[in-house]
Amino acid sequence: MQNLLPLIQTALELGLLCGLTTLALFLSYSMLNVCDLSTDGCFTLGAAVGAAVAIAGHPYLSIPAAMGAGVLSGFVTALLQTRMGVDSLLAGIIVNTGLYSVNIFVMGGAAQLNLNRADTIFTAIKSFLSQTPLAGQYRLVTALLAVLMIILFLAFFLNTRLGLSIRATGDNPDMIRSSSVDPAFTTIVGLCVANAFTGLSGCLLSQSQKSVSIDIGSGMLTIALASLLIGRTLIPSGGIFVRAAGMVLGSFIFRLVYTIALRFHMPAYMLKLISSVIVVLAIFIPYLAGRREIYLKIIRRRKSRYPEENSP
Amino acid sequence: MSKNDKNNDYKLELRGISKTFNPGTVHEKRAIEHLDLKLSTGDFVTIIGSNGAGKSTLFHLICGDFYPDTGEIILNHENLTFQPAHIRARRIGRLYQDPMRGSAPGMSIEENLFLAAGWGGVFSRIGKSDRERFREKLSLLGMGLENRMRQPVGLLSGGQRQALTLLMATMNPPELLLLDEHTAALDPATAEKVLNLTRAIVEEYQITTMMVTHNMRNALDMGNRTFMMNHGEIVLDVSGEERRGLRVSDLLERFRAGAGKELDNDRILLS
Repeated sequence: MQNLLPLIQTALELGLLCGLTTLALFLSYSMLNVCDLSTDGCFTLGAAVGAAVAIAGHPYLSIPAAMGAGVLSGFVTALLQTRMGVDSLLAGIIVNTGLYSVNIFVMGGAAQLNLNRADTIFTAIKSFLSQTPLAGQYRLVTALLAVLMIILFLAFFLNTRLGLSIRATGDNPDMIRSSSVDPAFTTIVGLCVANAFTGLSGCLLSQSQKSVSIDIGSGMLTIALASLLIGRTLIPSGGIFVRAAGMVLGSFIFRLVYTIALRFHMPAYMLKLISSVIVVLAIFIPYLAGRREIYLKIIRRRKSRYPEENSP
Repeated sequence: MSKNDKNNDYKLELRGISKTFNPGTVHEKRAIEHLDLKLSTGDFVTIIGSNGAGKSTLFHLICGDFYPDTGEIILNHENLTFQPAHIRARRIGRLYQDPMRGSAPGMSIEENLFLAAGWGGVFSRIGKSDRERFREKLSLLGMGLENRMRQPVGLLSGGQRQALTLLMATMNPPELLLLDEHTAALDPATAEKVLNLTRAIVEEYQITTMMVTHNMRNALDMGNRTFMMNHGEIVLDVSGEERRGLRVSDLLERFRAGAGKELDNDRILLS
């Protein structure tokens, strides 16, 4: 029990920080029905911009800077697929590739940045909490605060006229067009907002780890997707607030399972394979369940055609 | 748009509209040919014609899903030939044959209505007064939907969804209402109900309406004018006294005379 607590704490911190990316996918993948393959690059972009700004001595500015960079990245991805005729998946891949160069440029030509001596949002909150009982939990408090703000924002935003238009765009584009809304516009807004979350997620993760490397975001899309699918299975319906909270819960459970597996001497490099397998299973199992009737029929027919083979 | 357009009081005017698909290939298909059409305010036109006659293409052109090769589309003295579809959607209501097409299944009834109504700014949310108005409108349908406003639309039956779509399309009475066989996918009793709702709403707001139907009886019973289309042309246009005297059998006779061929019988309903 005693060594379970730090385990849960690590999972909680990582789950919350990466849960912001899951919330980004909740908006782009679940609501807008766009699979945004630029997520990995955008996550790294947020981390790189956030680190660069923090190192330059602006820990508070690093947050809006990282989110702004995410907005820009999302804007380009959206522009490519709505106004320039690029296929939606391809648009994400292209932006992701381009961002690799951008990210190294942002980090001043290096593939790694160290934040050990820089003031970050975490050190700021740490000194703010220094005299309170929460002092030791400054990372958790920061992550919790960020997640809470984003969930509250989503719960508000997705029930406004603009937010409803974004949801309808993913649900039935014909309908949104006949409501006099340009689906290209809602796609652009949705992807900008989603990628702001992804950028924030990267920024906070890098600042909590006190370092950024160029591959900090690699595989993040699959990890976030796995978290999203876990969350969606646990909390399939309800209001936006409940479902968004479910996303973060999914992210936490994913990290918890992973952290426990690490404790049982699973090598750390297995993370990405596990997330891939989870995504495949989460998609395949409902698919199989949907086809269950058909498979049963086929088996039954075979049995009735060759009764002697199956009879005892 | 020129000034002299204001001299007439037509609601909708199509001038010399043509549309050819896949021009210059073996699949070339002339869908609409030099079509002229004038609708007065409050006209309710029923349109009949066999498959491929150009009825749906005509609606697509009016709604801006694609643009005509030649000609102009004028709604209320404004030329909207090349206006994007989502902009003219503000003024043109539309129902499709597929009841699933007009509403978002994953969203609740009130959310669908709120989007269709378009009230308030981009950050406005559904308020108490909105719900009151939705409840009032929904109760007119007589389907009990006013008590299910928070349920997802995907749970509704086809007839309920089509009635809801009708409500959504006429929430802000449009200048033009296009109904593309909007009851064809419904069972006869439900179809009758949706048709009666259509008639009531169109009459109440005096909406200029075009309705494609394959039901000859409906074509003569509803509205004040009937078009028959064939090969991208309007081959028959009856209204007033002449139309009142028409029976279904006369309509078939007229079709043969106008088109010079037998009707596509498996699609036309005679009763």
